[in-house]
Amino acid sequence: MALGVVVFPGSNCDRDVQWAAEGCLGIQTRFLWHEERDLSGLDAVVIPGGFSYGDYLRCGAIARFAPVLQEVAQFAERGGRVLGICNGFQVLTEMGLLPGALTRNHKLHFLCEPTELTVEPGGCSWLQGYSSGEVVTFPIAHGEGRYQVDHDTLKSLEDGGQVAFRYCRNPNGSVADVAGLTNRSGNVLGLMPHPERACDAATGGVDGRRLLASLLG
Amino acid sequence: MLDPAGEATRAAAARLGVDGVTKLRIGKAVDLEIEAADAASARQQLELLSDRLLANPVIENWTLELQDTAAQEA
Repeated sequence: MALGVVVFPGSNCDRDVQWAAEGCLGIQTRFLWHEERDLSGLDAVVIPGGFSYGDYLRCGAIARFAPVLQEVAQFAERGGRVLGICNGFQVLTEMGLLPGALTRNHKLHFLCEPTELTVEPGGCSWLQGYSSGEVVTFPIAHGEGRYQVDHDTLKSLEDGGQVAFRYCRNPNGSVADVAGLTNRSGNVLGLMPHPERACDAATGGVDGRRLLASLLG
Repeated sequence: MLDPAGEATRAAAARLGVDGVTKLRIGKAVDLEIEAADAASARQQLELLSDRLLANPVIENWTLELQDTAAQEA
């Protein structure tokens, strides 16, 4: 059982994910450099936060063409679990694995603070460690986290139980308070808040542990 | 689509004393040169680029302006 952690030039949460998974939870992790094509032996993949390729053009726009993500797309298509955190969520939307887009926070500020979220496990089997409506605290750290999607797609997300996390107090202007969502089949999850920064009791709460722990099933 | 940077800039225009600005949106312009057999194939390549890389159609609109630089240089 092993977790792959994608590393782009400009990623900066890759080691946080490794510490949370391996250091806090004993899950074996393997870094996947952006040119890597070998995903063999991996049970799940995390696309971590940061500024992939400097976030040039748009957040995640260049990363989408990285060789490793061609493999991750196929991995997801085969049902493999893929978790995108912050910049990783932006990358998943650019790849088209999740609908919508993340845009500039409505008040333009970079936001870095603990944030309360309600969990709606819905169709995502690996969120079953949380009860429906449970409030958890994960930190956010983003300038472009305002989730935007057209009305029809939002309705289908809501109807399909794909909204997995909502902000209790919307910090960035995201539509319908969306903080995280899954794809239709529930094996791809993207969220702006950082569960990996809520795993070590030494740095605050540990609400993120159940999310990472259940990634490997 | 809300454009917070455009709204902030519009507010600053008023502080500068220019009150008549009713709309201000901020986007980006991309200058690029491409080699192609003819204008039609250049346009086709540029449309692909615009739609799949340079812009994200979920949140951005784009327009394309094509100039024949080879003709200008000749």
